[in-house]
Amino acid sequence: MHAATADAALQQIRADVNRRKIFDKIFVMVGLLIMFSALLVLVVLFIDLVQEGAPRLNWDFLTSFPSRKAERAGILSAWVGTSLIMLTTAAVSMPVGVAAAIYLEEYAPKNWVTAIIEINVTNLAGVPSIIYGLLALGLFVYQFNLGQSIAAAGLTLSLLILPIVIVATREALRAVPRAIREAAYALGATRWEVTAHHVLPYSTGGILTGMIIGLSRAIGETAPLITIGALSFIAFLPESPFKGEFPFFSFAWLREAFTAMPIQMFNWVSRPDPAFQVNAAAAGAILLGMTLLMNGVAIYVRYRFRKRINW
Amino acid sequence: MQSGITAQDSPVRPGVATQGVDGRLSTPRPSVEVGKRTTKDDEALAIKSRAEGLSFYYGDVKALKSLNIEIREKRVTALIGPSGCGKTTFLRCFNRMHDLTPGTRYEGRIMLYPDSLDLVGRGVDAIEVRMRIGMVFQKPNPFPKSIFENVAYGLKVRGVRSNARIEEQVEQALRRAAIWDEVKDRLESSGLSLSGGQQQRLCIARALATNPEILLFDEPTSALDPIATARIEELIDELRDQVTVIIVTHNMQQAARVSDYTAFMYLGELIEFDSTSKLFTNPSQKATEDYITGRYG
Repeated sequence: MHAATADAALQQIRADVNRRKIFDKIFVMVGLLIMFSALLVLVVLFIDLVQEGAPRLNWDFLTSFPSRKAERAGILSAWVGTSLIMLTTAAVSMPVGVAAAIYLEEYAPKNWVTAIIEINVTNLAGVPSIIYGLLALGLFVYQFNLGQSIAAAGLTLSLLILPIVIVATREALRAVPRAIREAAYALGATRWEVTAHHVLPYSTGGILTGMIIGLSRAIGETAPLITIGALSFIAFLPESPFKGEFPFFSFAWLREAFTAMPIQMFNWVSRPDPAFQVNAAAAGAILLGMTLLMNGVAIYVRYRFRKRINW
Repeated sequence: MQSGITAQDSPVRPGVATQGVDGRLSTPRPSVEVGKRTTKDDEALAIKSRAEGLSFYYGDVKALKSLNIEIREKRVTALIGPSGCGKTTFLRCFNRMHDLTPGTRYEGRIMLYPDSLDLVGRGVDAIEVRMRIGMVFQKPNPFPKSIFENVAYGLKVRGVRSNARIEEQVEQALRRAAIWDEVKDRLESSGLSLSGGQQQRLCIARALATNPEILLFDEPTSALDPIATARIEELIDELRDQVTVIIVTHNMQQAARVSDYTAFMYLGELIEFDSTSKLFTNPSQKATEDYITGRYG
């Protein structure tokens, strides 16, 4: 008799739990559906680009300058330009962005000035990129007299991704537990020592991830580069940053004219000759590949750094 | 800033501030052995630190109300009281941990002897204070660095550059924290790879490495199991005679086991301060008695 009632109660509990768990299953299914549709779009896009650009996806394409003849045109000056611009962007936005984030997170007093700065940093992330282009045209190109150079392009894109770098870095710094900071302070460390010896090293993974995500946003930017006057037909390479003799590197390339991957693509897409569309697709596939590669590096970096540190 | 007050004219001295003793011996007492060693000689012990009219504010909230207490050198002083009574707040005044929180304010003084330094004085740098007073936290918080680097960090901050000296002091600190035998073969592995109890002893070693004059413990065993707790208590017992210890605990048995002096706090006030044996067996205040007999708290 008792066993029977107990059994009935158990059945009822199970039925109840199963009924409520239905929502878990529904949510998982909806989530997967949405995620896969987004992924599918990306995959289809990539495959489409590769298919269309297939005839031009070869070594010659990477090592040739642009040309009036579609079948001889390549992206050498474009990918070299993009790489150098990315180098400049990273070299500028990393120290500036990380320093700004450290100041805001570790040093800034909590008052209205800081609040205004914080709100503005967030707002800057939403400013259309062409506005940055206009700013850079006036400021870097004319005011600082940098001209239509790689330096101007790098600085422009640095401005563009600074908010991303700052926000990501602040998140990473904030993830370091208060207990760790207190431990260091209690040993007599100064604010700078706590930051340099502890907070910064423990958040490197997050900072690098934010940096790379910022760069992969910058790599595809076209509008601001066109605004500052990127050329779309460049049949020469900037001076190499590496040299055979002392001091083994040179910064002459910073002052040279440039083109970049998205600009080259834009140029080809706007041509009437359908042969150039093939080139555009091939360049698109390579640009997308570069972006995915950078994101892959970001994920790897995060994985490597997180593995050492788990709170 | 520093007046002519000497260690003799104390505001509250153990064994002195016991008004209203009526000797109610019938109250149930904790069944543990209480009060490690408070002998007559202790009256002659040097005063390491003394709070004089210490008040503390979080914004407009007055968290500590004019505390007066004497900390004897090379003795263990326990701070007990119900949650929210201000015992941790008080402890964190000694190494100016509150300076990290904006909007906090100290009033009164905490004198550190023998050089009569006011720890909460305006002209006194918090870093300077923390160089002399170590702290062990509630939750073990080793740095995600190697065991060696954890212990060596305080020395590095102090500018010790000689590797031989750092190695020597790290070993000494790990021995004093009774963890040397467990970690001597794995000094390069992460401090986070240790168990909770080991991590806490590593944190004690880290604090000891710089030879602090006072070591603050903020509920050091509340995140640990009974066996690890026993080891930490043993360790605190061994540290007696080497360093002045102030320990916050919500566990009255722990206070009774490890301390020589106990302060009972309630709602930001110091209700009673006496030798541990006296406070636990013959408290002078009704509130103290109610608390230690478990009638509230």
